[in-house]
Amino acid sequence: MPAPIRLRELIRTIRTARTQAEEREMIQKECAAIRSSFREEDNTYRCRNVAKLLYMHMLGYPAHFGQLECLKLIASQKFTDKRIGYLGAMLLLDERQDVHLLMTNCIKNDLNHSTQYVQGLALCTLGCMGSSEMCRDLAGEVEKLLKTSNSYLRKKAALCAVHVIRKVPELMEMFLPATKNLLSEKNHGVLHTSVVLLTEMCERSPDMLTHFRKNEKLVPQLVRILKNLIMSGYSPEHDVSGISDPFLQVRILRLLRILGKSDDDSSEAMNDILAQVATNTETSKNVGNAILYETVLTIMDIKSESGLRVLAINILGRFLLNNDKNIRYVALTSLLKTVQTDHNAVQRHRSTIVDCLKDLDVSIKRRAMELSFALVNGNNIRGMMKELLYFLDSCDPEFKADCASGVFLAAEKYAPSKRWHIDTIMRVLTTAGSYVRDDSVPNLIQLITNSVEMHAYTVQRLYKALLDDISQQPLVQVASWCIGEYGDLLVSGQCEEEEPIQVTEDEVLDVLEGLLVSNLSTPVTRGYSLTAIMKLSTRFSSVNRIKKVVSIYGSSIDVELQQRAVEYNALFKKYDHMRPALLERMPIMEKTATNGPTEIVQTNGETESSDSKHMPSIAQPANQANDLLDLLGGHDVGPVIQTALPTKPASAGGELLDLLGDLSLSGGPAPSPTPSVTISQPPFLLDGLSSQPLFNDTAAGIPPMTAYNKNGLKIEFTFERSNPNPNISVITIHASNTTEADMTDFVFQAAVPKTFQLQLLSPSSNVVPALNQGNITQVIRVLNPQKQQLRMRIKLTYTYKGAPVQDLAEVNNFPPQSWQ
Amino acid sequence: LANNRKIRQGKLRLQKWYVPLSDPQKKKISREVIQMVLARKPKMCSFLEWRDLKIVYKRYASLYFCCAVEDQENELITLEIIHRYVELLDKYFGSVCELDIIFNFEKAYYILDEFILGGEAQETSKKIVLKAIEQADMLQEEAEAPRSVLEEIGLT
Repeated sequence: MPAPIRLRELIRTIRTARTQAEEREMIQKECAAIRSSFREEDNTYRCRNVAKLLYMHMLGYPAHFGQLECLKLIASQKFTDKRIGYLGAMLLLDERQDVHLLMTNCIKNDLNHSTQYVQGLALCTLGCMGSSEMCRDLAGEVEKLLKTSNSYLRKKAALCAVHVIRKVPELMEMFLPATKNLLSEKNHGVLHTSVVLLTEMCERSPDMLTHFRKNEKLVPQLVRILKNLIMSGYSPEHDVSGISDPFLQVRILRLLRILGKSDDDSSEAMNDILAQVATNTETSKNVGNAILYETVLTIMDIKSESGLRVLAINILGRFLLNNDKNIRYVALTSLLKTVQTDHNAVQRHRSTIVDCLKDLDVSIKRRAMELSFALVNGNNIRGMMKELLYFLDSCDPEFKADCASGVFLAAEKYAPSKRWHIDTIMRVLTTAGSYVRDDSVPNLIQLITNSVEMHAYTVQRLYKALLDDISQQPLVQVASWCIGEYGDLLVSGQCEEEEPIQVTEDEVLDVLEGLLVSNLSTPVTRGYSLTAIMKLSTRFSSVNRIKKVVSIYGSSIDVELQQRAVEYNALFKKYDHMRPALLERMPIMEKTATNGPTEIVQTNGETESSDSKHMPSIAQPANQANDLLDLLGGHDVGPVIQTALPTKPASAGGELLDLLGDLSLSGGPAPSPTPSVTISQPPFLLDGLSSQPLFNDTAAGIPPMTAYNKNGLKIEFTFERSNPNPNISVITIHASNTTEADMTDFVFQAAVPKTFQLQLLSPSSNVVPALNQGNITQVIRVLNPQKQQLRMRIKLTYTYKGAPVQDLAEVNNFPPQSWQ
Repeated sequence: LANNRKIRQGKLRLQKWYVPLSDPQKKKISREVIQMVLARKPKMCSFLEWRDLKIVYKRYASLYFCCAVEDQENELITLEIIHRYVELLDKYFGSVCELDIIFNFEKAYYILDEFILGGEAQETSKKIVLKAIEQADMLQEEAEAPRSVLEEIGLT
């Protein structure tokens, strides 16, 4: 059998292949030859064959049939064989295959070999790929070699020990004695690997850390070594661009970091050397900056004095101005880590950081953006936002969503004025409108609602934006919602902030209807615009046009739209009297923990649209109670569960009532939704009581009181104690009207502090007849288990002579007997 | 802990793994990293974020040298490590070029294994590393010498 071809020849041959197929053919041919050679157990050429196999493996071809051959090579006595054998083991074997364990014995023998280069091979292989079992078996040998005076072996043993500890942490203890005089070595290789070993031990075990701090006095030793490195003259063997052994310096600084963290004494002991390194290290080349970088990291992490910290931040500031982008990158990363703890120091470099937004490198841009947002505060908001909005305009799409969110957050925290806030939102929506997150829409809606004096300006700007571009859905959704709410302000030209535009009702409806039919609009957006159109029926006079649109969509293919349209139709027909109240202006919404107003609405999952954004407009009266909650001070107020509408049919109106019954309002822990179909009383007040209000003999003797008396509307409270629960007070309100016109669509709402719970039963009617010709009565039940003083805030809404009236009042003059 | 790799126009010349992974996993990772590194433009910095690691890379002529390091590693010193390795190759081969590495890949590995062990530098002196390689090479020659003489004469 001819000798197998040499490695170089094979490489040369394979490189002549012009196609992948040709290469594969050559490889297969050679593999076949190698296979038969292996089968013949040829010792002479095994080495050559395995080398060729390794080359082919590197090209991506399977080589597992060579694994056992590697083991045979390792077991051979020839150094050449061992060299290739161990290399093959590291490339072809891994710990998941049992065959690797066969190495263990060979390695053990070789660790004790007479030739240090063989020992070196064994240590290297064990330290690179040794499995836990192998490490367990051989740890003792490694530990022995850790104590040898042969520095060539000692340094390898140290790193091998690191690997053993990583694989089998419990074995860490056994290496402790050997570490005792590692640092007194002169040899840099041993020093470097020893520092790595000590670092590994300190990171893994707090006990070890304490031991090395206190007992071994590691810090002074390290300081001494570092000092020697810096102070000693030129050492050709370890010099890199004028710096002595930067690798060792960096490792020492890193170990010092771990030792100094949260430890005052250690931190103090290293203070001087850190200052020295920070000020004396040459910064013209990367190697010097690498050391400075590590020094800065250490200074920031230990308990350093403030002067040193400022020094560190200033180094980072200088890094930002460095031509080398790697240095700038590293600076931004570090500043990001320290911006919270050393905020003021980092602020001084703000303008440099902002300049990095214009950098070409993606990683640098991202960090600069994150850092910029972290630095925004009340003082610099205007300037910073200008830069960040400019960045948003021009940045890559991958940044836009995060940048937009960041802008919204910063604006919310630090907006110098409402107008500025709205302008900023507009800018984001118009320039990056497709990238804003979904949850931005409800958040923005809430924000706009709460900026009452800006409504006219906002709706005007949004309207104008819609005229330009209806493709960005979040913008369109927010705009639709606003037009639905504030369309009346739009057509009446009430804008004060800028020149009011002239627009007619028809033009507005044209725009909204345009959204409904446009291909660019998503189903969600269509829902928004249909609802907006509907709301305008109480704000515009072109009701017929709206009725027509709504009835058309009653047969829409889109089920969502169809459902809405059908229910709106119902509002026009049977429930027209409810329409104004339901479609009224939104009150200020209280923000809940996560998503804002959308979170508070729970449906019974039936007919009414499941789009929660739609909910607030139908759930009007309950949100008005929300307003009361807000006014009482968010934390004071408990959930109010009420039934506010007089009728209870089983159709669309009924579902509305269900929803109101199911609403859990913010301000307290939300109770689980009661899956009711009729108007139900919340369980806590049931207490064996029937649904009729109980009127005990009024001879309980609590005097009545006037809760409200204004503009001809008078509301009186009369009290009863309910039996059998003495914690419940029953209050009946009597509403009367001394004016010459009826008060229609009358709705009474109440809210109480958190320690109370309150239930409103159905009112007798919703018209307060003029001239005292009759009353509305309504029963309130108050649960007061803590017997606290009763306070109440009430809200009254009604229509008087065609105009909506709304008023809020506090009721504090409850007679003591009503709550004691 | 790092993986080292040398890449040329998408062809892997050397790879060293310090974490246990299966062959398919290694292949996938290599492909991904190669793609990312080759997509980098000259003006970009030498660091890439990838999964929970950082890729530090540097280009020398037609070869890219990449290290995947953990998040807390000092990227700048990693660049120095890469540079030191290239210097070692350069000293050993005498003005190293890509062909040297292709035809002597096993030597490149030996040099790497004298410089780095288990992902950490074991020797910071260039001289000592090169000396060790030199000695080991001599050992290898002594072992091989008798056989090749026999071969020359035609007696295998």
